Amino acid sequence: MTQLIESTARGLYCAAGGFHIDPWQPVERAVITHAHGDHARPGSAHYLCAAPGLAVLRARLGEGASIQAVPYGEPIDMNGTRISLHPAGHVLGSAQVRIESRGETWVVSGDYKLEPDPTCAPFEPLACETFITESTFGLPIYRWGAPASVAASIEAWWRANAEEKRASVLFAYAFGKAQRILAGLDASIGPILVHGAVDAMNAAYRESGVALPETKLAIELEKGFDVSRALVVAPPSAQGSPWLKRFGDYSDAFASGWMAVRGQRRRLAVDQGFVLSDHADWPGLNRAIEATGARRVLVTHGYTAPLVQWLAERGYEAAAMQTRFEGEPGAEA
Amino acid sequence: MKRFAALFEALDASTRTRVKTDALAAYFREAHAEDAAWAAWFLTGHRPRQAVPSKRLHLWAAEAAGIPLWLFEECFDNVGDLAETIALVLPPPAHASDLALHEWIESRLLPLRELSEAEQKARLLGYWDQLGGTARFVFMKLITGNFRVGVSALLVMRAIAQAFGVESNVVAHRLAGEWSPSAAFWKSLVDDVHAEADRAGPYPFFLAHPLEGDPQALGERDAWLAEWKWDGIRAQLIRRGEATALWSRGNEPIAGQFPELMADAQRLPHCVIDGEILAWRDDRVMPFAALQKRLNRKNPGAKVMAEAPVIFLAFDLLEWEDEDWRVRPLTERRQRLLDMLHAIAGGTRFRATSPLPAATWEGLALARAQSREHGTEGLMLKRASSPYGVGRPRGDWWKWKIEPYTLDAVLIYAQKGHGKRASLYTDYTFGLWNGGELVPFAKAYSGLDDAEIREVDAFIRANTLERFGPVRVVKPELVFELGFEAIQRSKRHKSGIAVRFPRMLRMRKDKAPSQANTVDDARELAGWENAA
Repeated sequence: MTQLIESTARGLYCAAGGFHIDPWQPVERAVITHAHGDHARPGSAHYLCAAPGLAVLRARLGEGASIQAVPYGEPIDMNGTRISLHPAGHVLGSAQVRIESRGETWVVSGDYKLEPDPTCAPFEPLACETFITESTFGLPIYRWGAPASVAASIEAWWRANAEEKRASVLFAYAFGKAQRILAGLDASIGPILVHGAVDAMNAAYRESGVALPETKLAIELEKGFDVSRALVVAPPSAQGSPWLKRFGDYSDAFASGWMAVRGQRRRLAVDQGFVLSDHADWPGLNRAIEATGARRVLVTHGYTAPLVQWLAERGYEAAAMQTRFEGEPGAEA
Repeated sequence: MKRFAALFEALDASTRTRVKTDALAAYFREAHAEDAAWAAWFLTGHRPRQAVPSKRLHLWAAEAAGIPLWLFEECFDNVGDLAETIALVLPPPAHASDLALHEWIESRLLPLRELSEAEQKARLLGYWDQLGGTARFVFMKLITGNFRVGVSALLVMRAIAQAFGVESNVVAHRLAGEWSPSAAFWKSLVDDVHAEADRAGPYPFFLAHPLEGDPQALGERDAWLAEWKWDGIRAQLIRRGEATALWSRGNEPIAGQFPELMADAQRLPHCVIDGEILAWRDDRVMPFAALQKRLNRKNPGAKVMAEAPVIFLAFDLLEWEDEDWRVRPLTERRQRLLDMLHAIAGGTRFRATSPLPAATWEGLALARAQSREHGTEGLMLKRASSPYGVGRPRGDWWKWKIEPYTLDAVLIYAQKGHGKRASLYTDYTFGLWNGGELVPFAKAYSGLDDAEIREVDAFIRANTLERFGPVRVVKPELVFELGFEAIQRSKRHKSGIAVRFPRMLRMRKDKAPSQANTVDDARELAGWENAA
């Protein structure tokens, strides 16, 4: 088979179409799967993204960037290759890139998950000959529980703290995870406060028509505001920072797929770990790969080697593909 | 089982003592006696023997998860704990079970050991399909015999005391030593406060804190008793009723290992004394290695006993003629101890420590500097008026250890740690130069802070020369100053030396690997003649 997409010094490159996907160096034409920092880097001349992701990508790249947005599923032609973007279920506006050239179809997954998420369109399985998949959680130890039960345990933790008059500080990635958690919350438990980084992304989500409960920016609280029943959503980088002092004797928690492993949970030294990820778990990766009907699977960032070997033993033509994507931060190198 | 798993989660999630104590107390109040007894047994550090060999668990778990063995091993390598790996890789259970903890233990876990391999497998696969999440993890921790959670036995005792309104000391006393987890035991533990059974259990050991900084800060020298800190086996001898028992600090009965002490103990009156068991010859302590030959060897032969004769060097008296003396001042307890031992005609293997006479802190500092000549680890400083406390409260007992020996050594091998450090390279082997090559001489795990661990971990990942299973051979580049307590000859080590309590004192970024110490340097430090 031909190599329709290859990994180059600037990023994943489609020579036939003359464009890069999520390049890590500035290029002429960049197709962006989603607006996380390791996939959407500034400096390229032209960007293409899925329409629902325009506001968040704009928030990431700034007003000056040249961004073309296309609706999910609408094909466009680039140098005779036909490309279209399809929901990846990862975060708002996240897309898989489908590329068709001379009767051959490749799909680049970007980051994806199969679980339902009220803040973005669900993952769409696409038939293809070659599937390029992430492998952030590509080990059988990663199996996610139902999102509804994770949400219920977050609320139970928040409620129990509120009854003890302690603020609940929840660390979650500012873009995607934070909004996913916020969207389903029972806001009657107490006020919801957010860190500035989360607030900026909330605005982009609201602008895109995603309903989120009322939140207050923590630094703008009036003097004497009672934080004892509050849920505070902050990015992981806020852990250990003086910004947290305003919440007094709080309880803290971290929402991430890495929390499935006790050692990772203990290393972060938070009171609670909630296992919640925007990446596919082991069963999810396997289901997604199977659904494509692909014979060839190229595996990017994550537990690349074991997933490649597992797929090869199951009859796939499988290989690793080097990228500079990072998956869910907090992983070991 | 579900409740016990929920308790485990609560204990594992919190670092606050009060939260843990409350969670424990609530569990003990609500649990049935037979479950509470088992929970207390596990939480105070007791473990059943491993019920099923680990190798079988690996194979069967891989099979049950529908993955090849190599992939299971990959998972295990990332998680760092067998029980947790099994709990994570298996699909969710199809038939959740409501069986109580004691039933899981008594009718399921304990019988496993005696079953045939095929029967073990059939049952385990069935059990795995009945337990989810934390319950599966906890059950596997019990099966692999390494159940552990961040509570001390002392905290468990306090929680039981809190739950039933019993005095903490009484609970501690009853839980020390050997007991079997049964409903009857549990009832006797929490119901009947006054019936002090004629048990032969030890008191909880009172522990000292390391003294950091100048002893001047402790105040008047006169208010303190100073003695050598001996490096032996800390133990309590119990003479109570018909019973004579010897307990180590880990609450292990060790009487069988020291028959000569037990014979002499018959000549002592009713009492409980605390001290160190030492290998002793010609009025001098022998190196710890000599005592080591006596450990875990029941009914030692005459030859072994002659090679490493032992004494019990007593430093405290906790009970006298069946009366608890722990609240009395140290000076009074010691006076009684000395009088008691002196009164025995002809003497015994039970001797008392002698206080160090130096009248000033400066004088004590000089004595401390001679610790190694006396075969001791430094000094103990005890407040003369102090009671014999429970656990490790600060302020009354201090250990003032000598500065460790130090050598600069080169990091040569690394392995991933366990538990909290399962995904990081934290277990290191260090080498010393020996004619142009680095020979391994010590392993160390502790002494670095989190930032340094991450830095070294990154270095190891980027500078691996070779791998042997989980062990990485690392480019010899990083130099560490290692501290340790003693140097002994060893035939088992390639370097010919073994060190006691090695740990990392600091990274020596200022030193090139070629500037690290040699095996000859180590021999010189130990005061041995160098062959060359």
